[in-house]
Amino acid sequence: MTRTRIACLGGIYNNYLALESALNDIRRRGVDGVYCLGDLGAFGPHPDRVFPWIAEHGVQCVQGNYDDSIGNELDNCQCGYTDPRDNHFAQISYDYTLANTSEPNRRFLRQLPREIRLELGPLRVLLCHGSPRKTNEFLWESTTPTHFLSHLAEAHQADVIAATHTGIKWQRELARGKWFVNVGVLGRPENDGTTHVWYTLLEHSTANRLQVQFVPVHYSYQRLAREMRQERLPEEFIQTIETGWWTTCLEILPSKERRRGKY
Amino acid sequence: MPFSEDLPCAPEVALSHLDHLWFQVGGTLCNLTCNHCFISCSPKNHNFGFLSLEQVQQRLEESVPLGVKEYYFTGGEPFLNPDMTAILVETLRYGPATVLTNGTVLRDDWLHTLRDAEANSLYALEFRVSIDGFSPETNDPLRGAGTFDRALRGVQKLVEFGFLPIITAARTWDIEQEAKTVEAFVNRLRAAGYARPRLKILPTLRLGAEEQRTHGYEDTERITAEMLRDYDCSQLVCEHSRIVSDRGVHVCPILIEAPDALLGATLCEASRPFALAHGACSTCYQYGAICTNPSSAVAGN
Ligand code: SF4
Ligand code: SF4
Ligand SMILES: [Fe+2]
Repeated sequence: MTRTRIACLGGIYNNYLALESALNDIRRRGVDGVYCLGDLGAFGPHPDRVFPWIAEHGVQCVQGNYDDSIGNELDNCQCGYTDPRDNHFAQISYDYTLANTSEPNRRFLRQLPREIRLELGPLRVLLCHGSPRKTNEFLWESTTPTHFLSHLAEAHQADVIAATHTGIKWQRELARGKWFVNVGVLGRPENDGTTHVWYTLLEHSTANRLQVQFVPVHYSYQRLAREMRQERLPEEFIQTIETGWWTTCLEILPSKERRRGKY
Repeated sequence: MPFSEDLPCAPEVALSHLDHLWFQVGGTLCNLTCNHCFISCSPKNHNFGFLSLEQVQQRLEESVPLGVKEYYFTGGEPFLNPDMTAILVETLRYGPATVLTNGTVLRDDWLHTLRDAEANSLYALEFRVSIDGFSPETNDPLRGAGTFDRALRGVQKLVEFGFLPIITAARTWDIEQEAKTVEAFVNRLRAAGYARPRLKILPTLRLGAEEQRTHGYEDTERITAEMLRDYDCSQLVCEHSRIVSDRGVHVCPILIEAPDALLGATLCEASRPFALAHGACSTCYQYGAICTNPSSAVAGN
């Protein structure tokens, strides 16, 4: 099958309501494949509610650091936070997610591949979680040089590298018709004071160009917040869902990304 | 002599990829003479000289085909180097830059230039300001009279220009005091006008002046091949970094004075493996990524 248009989503973080909205939107638009770049769990309520949507829409998944941890019942999420407060909150959502993910779903997470390769028109696309060389590597827009991305594309024989993991979408065109795309996350807003979240459409157009379209996803964040309260998840997380500002995981942000946020 | 006790059987660590390129841009010259400085910098230590803009430019070009990810600048005090602002402006054309400063010599016109350069760049400019402890009482005995207030004014100045400096402190207190110390420090920074202080605590390295302050490394404090089995070597700076000085390319910022740590004249020559024969290596082993920014930290997996 020749693919020309795919949808990439990542970082669901238990947000099955945003996932539902995104998948309905994707179905309306029509694509040749839907891919999840990992981290199905974390942060939100009711982890098991994500999996039926993944199955129903035939979403192919890459294993994120969270999926590796939950699937193999490790003792933390491997997000790589260095700040004690960040780690404290990360552990709360990790323990909650592990305790509430069923054994069949953990098995599903355990067997996911670290990367998926496919062709989009003539473009060799590599889907990964953090970076092609390490599942939990952060590639932020302001700390990732173009020549470093070119090196990755070369070393991993890809024309397009797509990743997620950081929680903030971005894209860059590299030399010699190559691209890097961070597809964003569905799990929580991206620290910009809005409540919507993002997924990404990748399309091969004529002239061997990649078209990247970031698509905002509106969903019932009030309902998500209500369910998070019922599950006694931290008020700090709920505040992020309701206001669009990150209140935790702040210490991993480079200064440029941090300055755009409120905290 | 900290560097004379090399064990013949020290295990080697290979460079997996040159992620972080450091520059000993300020040489060993510093306006301060901290008594815990691991390379004994001072106003009179000319052991290592400044790097010029041209020298840095040449290394930046050399780094492009190698796919370097981040650039770090240290000394001595980098801002004693008259080319420092121009060097950072130039670096921001290539990638993200982090400069380690004691915060006491920053000038408004430099910060103006740097703020504009960062705004016009894709990449982040990070300042790391070293302060020890949350008060003059803990800082000044180590760094000199009046240095706490001067460094704090430097932080305020950076904040006024819109930067979010990372405050780094060597752990000169007992680990049981950590939570209390950090909290008091954060409060002090907030009171000084830094609304969202970023902190990074570093282990102290018992080299240079710090060797006199406490004690050097024992012969038994060495890394063995046994210890590296099942150890995640990416925790070690030398696994993904090299540092350029006016003498050439060395294995890491920590061992800059050790003769065996000078690995070559070019980045390629210096990409060969290094034997972890030094006492300081055991501190790296114990504490891991002591030199990177939190935004590029990666947990082992
Ligand atoms: S620790 Fe830093 S500020 Fe103090 S003397 Fe050494 S280089 Fe200078
Ligand atoms: S001091 Fe640390 S970074 Fe330097 S060579 Fe030894 S282990 Fe590696
Ligand atoms: Fe992740």
